[in-house]
Amino acid sequence: MVNKNILIVGVGGQGTLLASRVLGRLAAGLGADVKVSEVHGMAQRGGSVVTHVKFGDKVYSPLISLGDADIILAFESLEALRWSDYLKSGGTMLVNDQRIAPMPVITGDKEYPSDVYEKIRQRVGNLVVVDALSPALDCGSGRVANTVLLGVLAAGMDIDKDIWLKCLEETVPPKTVDINKRAFNAGYKML
Amino acid sequence: MKELMLGNKAVARGAYECGVRVVTAYPGTPSTEIAEEAAKYDEIYAQWSPNEKVAMEVAIGAAISGARAMVCMKHVGLNVAADPLFTVSYTGINAGLVIVVADDPGMHSSQNEQDSRYYAKAAALPMLEPSDSQEAKDFVKLAFEISEQYDTPVILRLTTRVSHSQSVVELEDRMDISLKDYKKDFRKYVMMPAMARERHVNVDNRMKDLSIRANDMDINTVEINDGKIGIITSGIAYQYAKEVLPTASFLKLGMVHPLPDKLIQDFSQKVDTLYVIEELEPFLEEYIKSLGVRVTGKEMFPRLGELSADIIKEKLLGTKGETGSKQPADKGAQEDIPLRPPVLCPGCPHRGVFYVLNKLKLRVTGDIGCYTLGALPPLQSIDTCVCMGASIGMAFGMELGRGREFARNLVAVIGDSTFIHSGITGLIDMVYNGSTGTVIILDNSTTGMTGHQDHPATGCTLKGKKAPMLNLEALVKALGVKRVTVVDPFDLKELENAVRTEIRAEEPSVIISRRPCALLDKNKECISYHCDAELCINCRLCLRMGCPAIENIKDGIRINNTLCSGCGLCAQVCRPGAIKREE
Ligand SMILES: Cc1ncc(C[n+]2csc(CCOP(=O)(O)OP(=O)(O)O)c2C)c(N)n1
Repeated sequence: MVNKNILIVGVGGQGTLLASRVLGRLAAGLGADVKVSEVHGMAQRGGSVVTHVKFGDKVYSPLISLGDADIILAFESLEALRWSDYLKSGGTMLVNDQRIAPMPVITGDKEYPSDVYEKIRQRVGNLVVVDALSPALDCGSGRVANTVLLGVLAAGMDIDKDIWLKCLEETVPPKTVDINKRAFNAGYKML
Repeated sequence: MKELMLGNKAVARGAYECGVRVVTAYPGTPSTEIAEEAAKYDEIYAQWSPNEKVAMEVAIGAAISGARAMVCMKHVGLNVAADPLFTVSYTGINAGLVIVVADDPGMHSSQNEQDSRYYAKAAALPMLEPSDSQEAKDFVKLAFEISEQYDTPVILRLTTRVSHSQSVVELEDRMDISLKDYKKDFRKYVMMPAMARERHVNVDNRMKDLSIRANDMDINTVEINDGKIGIITSGIAYQYAKEVLPTASFLKLGMVHPLPDKLIQDFSQKVDTLYVIEELEPFLEEYIKSLGVRVTGKEMFPRLGELSADIIKEKLLGTKGETGSKQPADKGAQEDIPLRPPVLCPGCPHRGVFYVLNKLKLRVTGDIGCYTLGALPPLQSIDTCVCMGASIGMAFGMELGRGREFARNLVAVIGDSTFIHSGITGLIDMVYNGSTGTVIILDNSTTGMTGHQDHPATGCTLKGKKAPMLNLEALVKALGVKRVTVVDPFDLKELENAVRTEIRAEEPSVIISRRPCALLDKNKECISYHCDAELCINCRLCLRMGCPAIENIKDGIRINNTLCSGCGLCAQVCRPGAIKREE
């Protein structure tokens, strides 16, 4: 199996861990060697968070090196820009079109770059921007935007949809299986 | 069966599989999930202790009574538990005792990046260090064997990237380990000078035996490949080095104390150039050099911060982080990207307190928890943060250093969990030695920073059982504080009045600022606020709250409804009354 490196970035509290856990479960189920590196603790309080998912025949370091991610899944635009150097040339960046102002912007010390996507395009060949929040709200809660994004990611990968759904079901809290499945499907159909 | 699991969960699984009965801990990133996962097994009794020292003592008691026990903490927790640590090394154990300590190189969530390996050396205890989840589980089991065979506690050292990475683990069944008999043995367990002198000899002998055994332990592995480059390493550094140099020869040390002299010397003979790659201090390197072996270590690799495959690549091969085909953009380009430091959540009960302290321009000795974020802009209220519990002692020290007038403009702030952990003795000191200072206990009914653990004042245990609720007011009064006020931090006026009154008092006082953490009740209905642009005079006072839900727009502000949790603090500070509740 060719090694695959997926970086998931966002803002603490956005639910990036769920996506990495589903991916990890999926890869392990396919018999791959897998490592998933998570962020717990302080950064979870609204800081910049990053999760590394690596799978293949043999994985040593749990962290993806600079310029070595096949896919970056970004939950927020500024975070997409911040981590863009981790993408391989020829890699794909999927970005949720959402802006969350960091504190230096809120206090007026810094500006949120107005041309964030142009900046990313200068570094990244294949940029895909989607709105995950609206379909999530349509499903009944903004909180499942992470699952919508997972659906978008899944649609671009060569793995059977039913396997994704099964892993999703095993990962989310039982009470939220339905809404998460709807959100996943909405994302899957999006592109 | 195989399962993908977090290193921390694998440690808990290891404890389960090798018959551990008692697990104790105080939360602390990156160690917290170990006890949380252990608590899920019916066969394991697991508890949060008020602090690491107590956790250690409970585990020692359990082990000496005959039950396998494990105690877990973060690196700085071991400082708190160091007193029992150094002497349980002398008494030894009865049933196995494993001490798990999780270091945080790079300080993702810590106030320092001390290297716990020196504790193993200083306290003369064996220390094992896994490099992934499977090893985390296997090493726990081995640690218990060593513990019982050599009559010693064993330390298992983790680091953030092992604790918080998931990898595949093969599950096994729980072993049937019966309780060991308990025998009174005062020569072994009563450490008075005469007995301690005898026991110290045992310690010395056991470490000598272990250092010989280290040469043929399975977890100290030699991989001979290319003879040009040899690498001695351990823990997560092995994974980084292996990724960069898969064909080099490796001596991977699973036991980092005591070290295997002969194995190291033999390995060094088999390779042309020898490197030691380790995170943080030159712990292995100093020892290897003391054997007269020539090795390159910290002259090449950084001593500060985390290692990574990228760093090893750059230092060893002279290439920048590049397994792919693209050069990383230069740092300059990164610099106009605004940073995103962590922030107090929308609706956080700590926010109002720091707003008031900032408004009154008070000096604030701070402590460790979510509320330490009150040191960052725009609240910028906290002057100091050293370690858990330090706020109270330091406030009193400032009063002593600069006089009572200084104390009129000074408060200590400390979280509820932190106060119970190590603030109580500081407050006793204030009362006993005549301080006139003010302590604000930020009681949000949880241990917030580490992910919402229960503590003695929440009324619930780690096993999910109801527990007697520690009454903070009664406790503080019993310590001799006569002035005790309870306020709601969502009521800024009341809060400000309380602070103004108490700092003036010529005796020690405590304000308990009480309101549960905004994240505790995820299902609560949120009333949202909005800003009426007609009324807004663009004074930006609300922005001084540092609330992530209030956005700075061109000629005013906007409240982000998906983030707002409806605490209403912004409406309280809005002079023209532009910020209103959503109807
Ligand atoms: C000796 C030690 N043990 C554990 C920690 C990890 N830690 C940091 S803050 C904290 C407690 C936070 O709880 P609390 O005081 O109630 O404040 P909150 O985060 O809820 O605001 C813990 C356990 C530490 N820094 N030092």
